[in-house]
Amino acid sequence: MVPVYHFLWLGAFLFCAGLMVIITKRNAIMVLLGIELMLNASNLNLVAFNQLHPAHLSGQMFALFVIIVAVCEAAVGLAIVLRVYQYYQTSVPDEVTELKD
Amino acid sequence: MNFVTILFYFFEAVAALAALSLVLVRNVFYGALILVVCLLSLAALYVLAFAEFVAVTQILIYAGGILVVIIFGVMLTAKIAGKPLVVKHTNVLSGVLAGVSLFTLLVYFLSSHKFFEDQKEAPPSEDAINTIGFGLMTEFVLPFEVAGIVLLAALIGAAVIASSIKSKKV
Repeated sequence: MVPVYHFLWLGAFLFCAGLMVIITKRNAIMVLLGIELMLNASNLNLVAFNQLHPAHLSGQMFALFVIIVAVCEAAVGLAIVLRVYQYYQTSVPDEVTELKD
Repeated sequence: MNFVTILFYFFEAVAALAALSLVLVRNVFYGALILVVCLLSLAALYVLAFAEFVAVTQILIYAGGILVVIIFGVMLTAKIAGKPLVVKHTNVLSGVLAGVSLFTLLVYFLSSHKFFEDQKEAPPSEDAINTIGFGLMTEFVLPFEVAGIVLLAALIGAAVIASSIKSKKV
């Protein structure tokens, strides 16, 4: 059986990589990819802690619901990115500075 | 070191390298493909952590759903068709500082806490998918139904937002 702290180190690394992607990339779709990476890092922690108590299913259930929320976030986020691109002709979040034309 | 441990280290290394290259890559299309490599290796890690149902859900939803949506988004927001969508980097110093400092903090806390002493050696041997099905219909039935409503609302909202009503500008 694989020790839990390997999962936790990998989860920490993935979370920090997602944070760096979110901060450094100048594109809304890359920011969404970084958010997906951070959500998966948290999922990895939930699944890893669930194997400490295999009789309880709470960790796996929470991971499933996190995946569902990630799907909703990706769909709505990409729809907003498309709409902003149609309106402003850019997908750089820093260039969308006006609320109303 | 048995075969399962070697598999675990392999998929862990693949996931970490994919995350690192997602930080460095400049092409958004390659970024989406690298993310899918990372998510599939995470699904393999879920199998090794005795969470088969979560692993199958991860493969179905991410490789089948989110990848397709993201690639559609990349194709619909490229200015000139046929030219790759290349992004610039900003705030490199602050991003690296935030990431490295958070990672140092997390590793410090993880190494100061002994999580693995109370770990049982025997893995769960009962039928996992059967147990998850019973759990979804008995103990977790309220979050299950709420998740269905959230999915419906989010997908209708996404379809309405992205529909082709003419905007004023452009």
